[in-house]
Amino acid sequence: MDTPDALAEIEHTHVTFADGLALDCGVRLRRLTVAYRTYGTLDADRANAILICHALTGDQYAAERHPVTGKPGWWSEVVGPGRPIDTDRYFVICTNVLGGCMGTTGPSSPRDDAPAPPPGARPALWGTDFPPVTIRDMVRAQKRLIEHLGITRLFAVIGGSMGGMQVLEWASTYKDAVFAAVPIAGAAFHSAQNIAFHEVGRQAIFADPDWQGGRYWQTGRIPARGLAVARMAAHITYLSEQALTRKFGRRVRAGAAEDGSPLGLLGDMFEVESYLRHQGSTFVQRFDANSYLTITRAMDYFDLAGEYDGELARAFAASRTRFCLVSFSSDWLFPTAQSRAVAQALNGAAANVSFVEIASDKGHDAFLLDEPDFHRALAGFLSGCAEHAGLRP
Amino acid sequence: MSRLEPVRFVAKNMRLDLRLIAGMIAPGSRVLDIGCGDGTLIEHLFRTGGCDARGIEIDMAQVTRAIAHGLPVMHGDADADLAQYPDGAFDYVVLSRTLQAVERPREVLRQMLRIGARALVSFPNFGHWQVRWQLLATGRMPMTKAWDRPWHETPNIHPCTIRDFFALCAEQGYAVERWLAVDEAGRRAPWRRFPRLANLFGEQALFLLRRG
Repeated sequence: MDTPDALAEIEHTHVTFADGLALDCGVRLRRLTVAYRTYGTLDADRANAILICHALTGDQYAAERHPVTGKPGWWSEVVGPGRPIDTDRYFVICTNVLGGCMGTTGPSSPRDDAPAPPPGARPALWGTDFPPVTIRDMVRAQKRLIEHLGITRLFAVIGGSMGGMQVLEWASTYKDAVFAAVPIAGAAFHSAQNIAFHEVGRQAIFADPDWQGGRYWQTGRIPARGLAVARMAAHITYLSEQALTRKFGRRVRAGAAEDGSPLGLLGDMFEVESYLRHQGSTFVQRFDANSYLTITRAMDYFDLAGEYDGELARAFAASRTRFCLVSFSSDWLFPTAQSRAVAQALNGAAANVSFVEIASDKGHDAFLLDEPDFHRALAGFLSGCAEHAGLRP
Repeated sequence: MSRLEPVRFVAKNMRLDLRLIAGMIAPGSRVLDIGCGDGTLIEHLFRTGGCDARGIEIDMAQVTRAIAHGLPVMHGDADADLAQYPDGAFDYVVLSRTLQAVERPREVLRQMLRIGARALVSFPNFGHWQVRWQLLATGRMPMTKAWDRPWHETPNIHPCTIRDFFALCAEQGYAVERWLAVDEAGRRAPWRRFPRLANLFGEQALFLLRRG
């Protein structure tokens, strides 16, 4: 499979910071590249900027055709002209996270601590030697880009799932730089259950002989099977039982067995199996296994209260940010109780909080899908905030 | 997209009891409205008084509507979601026609006056003569305009009278700064100075309390 090369060859819009970035783990990246996309127009006061934070396997191509898959952007339902995050009104920025594989510095970037390779030779890549990063490191990298764009205060920071973690980190680390914060289907820490599912995915990657101790870029054979299994396991957690039943039920499709036997391992296949295999096989074409390891680890480390002596309310002390927390009723990966705990901590800091659970049977992925109540709430919250921020209508 | 534009609130449609409450709140105050519904009162307080008004509401459809109107409203309820707020976070905490439906009214009042300097509480008066008469004359649970659901369907698990409420405030040491009794339409009556008459003829009561 030649996908790693295909991933590497695409030229992403980016900016490189020659002074690098100091990470929570104590290592300093000597060079930091942040790949990003923008939509809409920054107004003269630079006051209408919204930063969108993507989830584990998302990237900066939020609202346009994806250069690798050719599919619409992951949030094209939500971001665009006349959409809830209206690009006719707001200037929208989306970056690829630190540790990612769409142009921002990550495990598939050239090492910055090695001598330059001889002419013609391939540079050594980080691979599994890439330093462990945290959600706060991701946010620091985004902050560098925001400053580079000349923006001192973001009108809003919005994100779902891991994006919601970044939103909370933004609102606590850079209080004055965030006017409004919208953590969607998020949590202030990764639970034992969340970590457990991630570990299954990581072990699937480790178990693939093509992973080669993380140095698969040297042979060009990528751990496609392991990464696909990781994606399949994770994908189950993004859906609800009702959604799986509604989409697939117990329907069976004709299998690949040559003798035509309907039963058995290679015979007919449940539609849900076929769907998951498709999810797995398309995922490996656009995602790097070592990035998957790095980013799942960053999510597992996340515990915002831990940064404030175990008291979550302290993360938001004296915050003047307007918050809107959104959860979905059938999301069992980042359940409503997690968002409610954040809302209560915000109450403890006397912060301005909106909080709603949207009725949906689509599970965790609901934040990516057509959910009219969610879209109305998001649009209304933003226009209310725009009025308070004094943005031009 | 026009369908996403919030429809702006028109003050003349505001419930009369909410107007009475709004009339007791100083401009520029920090206000928490518990059981805020679709946020009519908090929007009014923001637009007309420049208040920093926020809401808590238990009905998720109402919460969604309020947020879609750009109002800071969170899903929660009076019994569970007041304990997290710090002391003195608000100038006024409002509980409109909800006290009789909470699980622990005395504790909710205590929390209101812990997190707010003042509490505004309105409730339907169970001492109204029609309620008394129906129970006496028919021997059945009363059904009136204010108490309009059968006993097995009502969410109003803690009905009280105006005199009961005065007694609770005295027992808890809360100062009653203002009070009034009104009919269902919110019109005040001349007997407002006399608690015993108000308890007989007032369909609703509104109290402005502060810590004693």
